[in-house]
Amino acid sequence: MHEATIAQLAQELKSRKISSQELTKHFLERISRLDADLNAFITITQNDALAQAKAADARLASGEGTPLTGIPIAHKDIFCTKGVKTSCGSRMLDNFISPYDATVVARLKQAGAVMLGKTNMDEFAMGSSNETSFYGPAHNPWDRDTVPGGSSGGSAAAVAARMACGATGTDTGGSIRQPAAFSGVTGVKPTYGRVSRYGIVAFASSLDQAGTLTRTAEDAALMLQIMSGPDELDSTALPNLVPDFCKALKDPWENITIGVPDNFFDKDLDPNNAQLIRDALSVFEKLGATIKEIHLENIHLSVPVYYVVAPAEASSNLSRFDGIRYGYRAEGESGDLAEFYMRTRGEGFGAEVKRRILMGTYVLSAGYYDAYYLQAQKIRQLISQDFSRAFEDVDLIAGPTAPTPAFSIGQKINDPIQMYLNDIYTIGAPLAGLPALSTPCGLVNNLPVGLQLIGPHLSEERLLKAAHYFQQETDWHTLVPPGYFE
Amino acid sequence: MSLNREDVEKLCLLARLKITPEEMTDVASKLSDIVTLVNQLRTADTTEVVPMAHPLDIAQRLREDKVTESDRHEHYQQNASMVERDLYLVPKVIE
Repeated sequence: MHEATIAQLAQELKSRKISSQELTKHFLERISRLDADLNAFITITQNDALAQAKAADARLASGEGTPLTGIPIAHKDIFCTKGVKTSCGSRMLDNFISPYDATVVARLKQAGAVMLGKTNMDEFAMGSSNETSFYGPAHNPWDRDTVPGGSSGGSAAAVAARMACGATGTDTGGSIRQPAAFSGVTGVKPTYGRVSRYGIVAFASSLDQAGTLTRTAEDAALMLQIMSGPDELDSTALPNLVPDFCKALKDPWENITIGVPDNFFDKDLDPNNAQLIRDALSVFEKLGATIKEIHLENIHLSVPVYYVVAPAEASSNLSRFDGIRYGYRAEGESGDLAEFYMRTRGEGFGAEVKRRILMGTYVLSAGYYDAYYLQAQKIRQLISQDFSRAFEDVDLIAGPTAPTPAFSIGQKINDPIQMYLNDIYTIGAPLAGLPALSTPCGLVNNLPVGLQLIGPHLSEERLLKAAHYFQQETDWHTLVPPGYFE
Repeated sequence: MSLNREDVEKLCLLARLKITPEEMTDVASKLSDIVTLVNQLRTADTTEVVPMAHPLDIAQRLREDKVTESDRHEHYQQNASMVERDLYLVPKVIE
């Protein structure tokens, strides 16, 4: 059962060939057997899952439901889940039981999806390897000595190891697409605002966007169909109505032009990865696409722009963690209130989160604001304009998702700059608010490599369709990590 | 560009974040590396560029100013470690 996609399982559930309870038990059994070695889950919600599966079966028996009714999925532990621990991978929220559901969680619940549990992640989504988690690193099922990517590392590992049919994730600088690439799954980050951020623990509010980690583009379409759309509870959720993503996949292929930025094929890109990306482009050529080289003038500044904007917003967002209203509270009453806050935050946050809060505080402090934050927002505008100009001539942009396949656990954790540079190809899209995805396109040394596709604002249909057609022509997305067939 | 111990201590106070003496050297050196990375921004010419306000260049929507939330403080305060008579407790601030 774990081999089937969401689309296939939806058919079997609808025709009552299988029940959601059987399916849910099957996935819970896999989690209990496999997750000890992967650490993809922070919380497993077995009882809730079985109750939801039972309700889903009743709904399906009466001929009702959606394509997600009865489908077992997992949520990144950044999404608030009512009555369930929502830790965000941090000691700070280790004791936090959310009093409400995030909009994404509520919509998937309403559609009848079954929640298996909450997945591991870098602390407050700050990281590219899942190693900054308070709960220890998640492991990549393709090679457990390597990272699954981050920050949505647990979601990627869970889907890759067939411990969930699909999972939610969030992407601020690449946190859905990079783990998707490292773990050999499909990761979609929609347009900024396409999916409500209500109930997602905030990291960098002008960049954060929720999306999916699934086996196929078709499954992503099924989940995004439910997750997307306007939301009264998030003033940055776009008012635009959501097109029929699944119908778009079935539309006949149109001969699109795909732009390939020369900047993405730089010295940082592993030559083996580069070859796989070129092979992937030739698949699109065979489909009838025109490949055109383009140049993004300011994209080389995206990493420094990001490491000003994201920490600045994070330092502000994370000021809410004071130890008083919820979350970790330092012991003892010594010192004044400021001293109490400092101890609580010093003990509650991990090293990377502290660095980013301090960096954000630095770039926003008196005398530095213009030189850093304002300058970064200006260059962000330039990067966005470069994309807009490119999209006058091309329909999509393609390139690598990450410079290399998954790296070893421990390899980069003590060198933040090396870790940051891993996101060199993924940061541009969120800076410009653009939708983007990663789809598997091959293996290097038996580790998956991802092809990244970036589209203009609100072009999710085009992106999903291109990925779907690519997946009809290739079988990289069907590969199972060795040892996870059974 | 490097940040010294004093710079970091000032940031820690502004951010209400305690760094232990053992952490200090590592924090100062890694922050300095990050500042060096972001200093690349100074090389770009941004004369007459309008800073980005929204990636889709749209304004925030407004809504009617009306109360939509019910009082759920008891529910919310279950997450607080110290509450007395519906009030959050903080360390003593008045002598």
